[in-house]
Amino acid sequence: MKRAVHRWLVPAVLLVGAVLVTALMTTGGGGELRSAAGESVGSTSADQVERGRYLARVGNCTGCHTAPGGKPLAGGLALETDFGTFRTPNITPDAGTGIGGWSQGAFREAMLRGQRADGAPLYPACPYPSFTHARAGDIDAIHAWIQSLDPVEHETRGHDLDFPYGIRGLLNIWQWALFEPDSLEKEEGRDEQWHRGRYLVEGLGHCSECHRDRGTFGAVREATDAPGGMIHGWYAPSLNSPEEAGLQQWSTAEAADFLRSGNGRDTAMVGPMAGVVFDSLQHLRADDARAMAAYLRKLPTAEIEASGYQARPSPETVKAMMERGETLYARDCADCHGDSGEGDAGVAALAGNRAVTMKNPANIVRMIRRGGFPASTPGNPYPHGMPPFQEYGDRDIAAVATYIRQSWGNDAPPVSTIGLAE
Amino acid sequence: MTGVPCGPPCPLPRSLTERPAWPTTAAWIAALIGLLSWPAIGAAGPPPEMDERMRACTACHGSEGIRIDEGYVPRIEGKPAGYLFNQLVHFREHRRTNATMNHLVEWMSDDYMAAIANWFADREPPYPDPAEPPRREALRERGEQLVRAGDADRDIPACQACHGERLAGVRPDTPGLIGLPEHYIAGQLGAWQVGRRQAAEPDCMATIVERLSERDVEAVAAWLASRPLPDNTRPAAGPATDLPMQCGSVERPSS
Ligand code: HEC
Ligand code: HEC
Repeated sequence: MKRAVHRWLVPAVLLVGAVLVTALMTTGGGGELRSAAGESVGSTSADQVERGRYLARVGNCTGCHTAPGGKPLAGGLALETDFGTFRTPNITPDAGTGIGGWSQGAFREAMLRGQRADGAPLYPACPYPSFTHARAGDIDAIHAWIQSLDPVEHETRGHDLDFPYGIRGLLNIWQWALFEPDSLEKEEGRDEQWHRGRYLVEGLGHCSECHRDRGTFGAVREATDAPGGMIHGWYAPSLNSPEEAGLQQWSTAEAADFLRSGNGRDTAMVGPMAGVVFDSLQHLRADDARAMAAYLRKLPTAEIEASGYQARPSPETVKAMMERGETLYARDCADCHGDSGEGDAGVAALAGNRAVTMKNPANIVRMIRRGGFPASTPGNPYPHGMPPFQEYGDRDIAAVATYIRQSWGNDAPPVSTIGLAE
Repeated sequence: MTGVPCGPPCPLPRSLTERPAWPTTAAWIAALIGLLSWPAIGAAGPPPEMDERMRACTACHGSEGIRIDEGYVPRIEGKPAGYLFNQLVHFREHRRTNATMNHLVEWMSDDYMAAIANWFADREPPYPDPAEPPRREALRERGEQLVRAGDADRDIPACQACHGERLAGVRPDTPGLIGLPEHYIAGQLGAWQVGRRQAAEPDCMATIVERLSERDVEAVAAWLASRPLPDNTRPAAGPATDLPMQCGSVERPSS
């Protein structure tokens, strides 16, 4: 991966910058941020707790703060990144191992400014650069909801980060250079629905945290032509490209239904996105789903930079892969996906399917190797699933992936076995 | 990531929450008027074209069972619906560990799992032929003893006391032990021993395997795998009564 080039550059720059930390921390900026922590404002009502529960679903707190098989929100999910492995903390209201001791003000500081109750900065693995756009009242509601839950005593393992990222103090520089707490400004000429959509997508929904690549220092890139990011081995396609996950060419109603049901236009969301649908999006209120759809449709479009390994096999290799791919396809795939990739009721068409033709082939490779079911939701309660092809070696996967990317009018770059290793 | 389709506090799937000793009044009434079909599926009724939807499953789970790199894929057709449903929930919640199964059901609702369980439970393709009995007599005898009578000295109840006299299972929650190969049975007992497989508390199987020696596991697995098939391979009607110990996953009328 290209970021590997920066592996040592980054630490070097950070260390030089470390000198600055001390200076900054003693000159006030940090102190001012912390003064708001500790104060407890307002009282909670049942309404507020309910609103918090809904907003926490929009933000999908449970999705990251729950380990496989673990108690909801008790933390422990491992997030592999270029900087090492993060483990999400317990955010149940347990006083010792969770955030039971956090006041409303302290919780606001964390969510809106990335400061922990003890004043230490938070790693942006927790998407506070998005949450910072949220309204304080909404954050308070989530706080009230969390505090209404049963505490779970569960000590989570700490992060395992590469040097020097384990030094939390360095985050002060990171925040100083790359993070600006802010709420979103009103944009002229946009209606209320668009504003609500932007608020949900860019704020609590934190879509860009996965759907945008990250720069050298791990901050989400703002450029609209940035490719998507990688998450759990899957590629989160760009929302700015109709050739990837962009919804610019969908109607608002269609896109809203897609978000909540997890399927639409003969395709379904799979991989980690199926998890987002299951844990979060299927619970959206209809008006919020429409608002998000309206905003996503209006995102500027861009020609996305290529990402992932760009295979350049020789024409002979491609020809051999196409032949092998055709044989495998006829034997193992055509029965469901059709002789010409036309799909069937509930089975994705492969011809003209952007998930197949996207520049970054990570997802079709994952899908062939591991299979999977889209989320079952009220809008798509009994989805069809794809079996894993575990007996396929790398060469078979590359061959069949190349075949479906270059047949029936599809015209995407081939997939190579070297690319699979990446 | 959590598989619980709601934010906490979240009702666990019914099969995993503590069960009252007595079925609820509603359940009794339903049973009385002959409507107790379990597990119940959403009001809309079972989904159509299940054979198409289930191709991702039947690719591995044939009536014969197959071996793949990741282990042995057991036959699931004809097993009691409640049992199958519980396994799907266990895989989703990672109480039972198998990378493929954990992944496939990760984002599946209880409702879909119930439909799937019912669909597989209703199918009855013929079973494969049993294996040869173990050659060592001592092993054969020990296997038969454990299955038929248990071992009172070590507080091990007879397997058939729960799994049914025909060993075809008991509806709705107890699986049969027929038509399974030796290595799969031994593998599952081993999984319980090391905590890779858990059932609802109190987990009777976990307690039982703790009392089995390595040789016992080998003996029951080999003996069970060599049993000739009973004439009737359908699970016995339940719910089970008089279990020798309590099993969290088995619903039973209290006496
Ligand atoms: C790649 C092959 C594969 C596919 C596809 C697959 N399974 Fe499985 N399944 C397995 C294996 C292997 C096991 C045994 C796991 C173990 O050893 O615990 C298993 C176990 C099970 C069990 C528990 C059986 C028992 O007797 O305890 C159930 C139920 C089940 N699978 C249902 C399904 C369903 C439903 C699907 C489709 C959604 C599916 N499987 C798809 C391989 C597969
Ligand atoms: C007290 C009742 C009880 C007794 C006694 C008992 N079992 Fe079980 N067994 C169960 C239940 C209930 C399950 C299903 C657990 C679950 O839901 O996962 C089970 C599951 C199993 C399974 C898993 C089947 C599969 O398809 O994966 C095996 C194997 C098994 N038992 C073997 C045995 C053997 C061997 C004995 C005797 C040494 C035995 N059991 C005794 C209740 C019992």
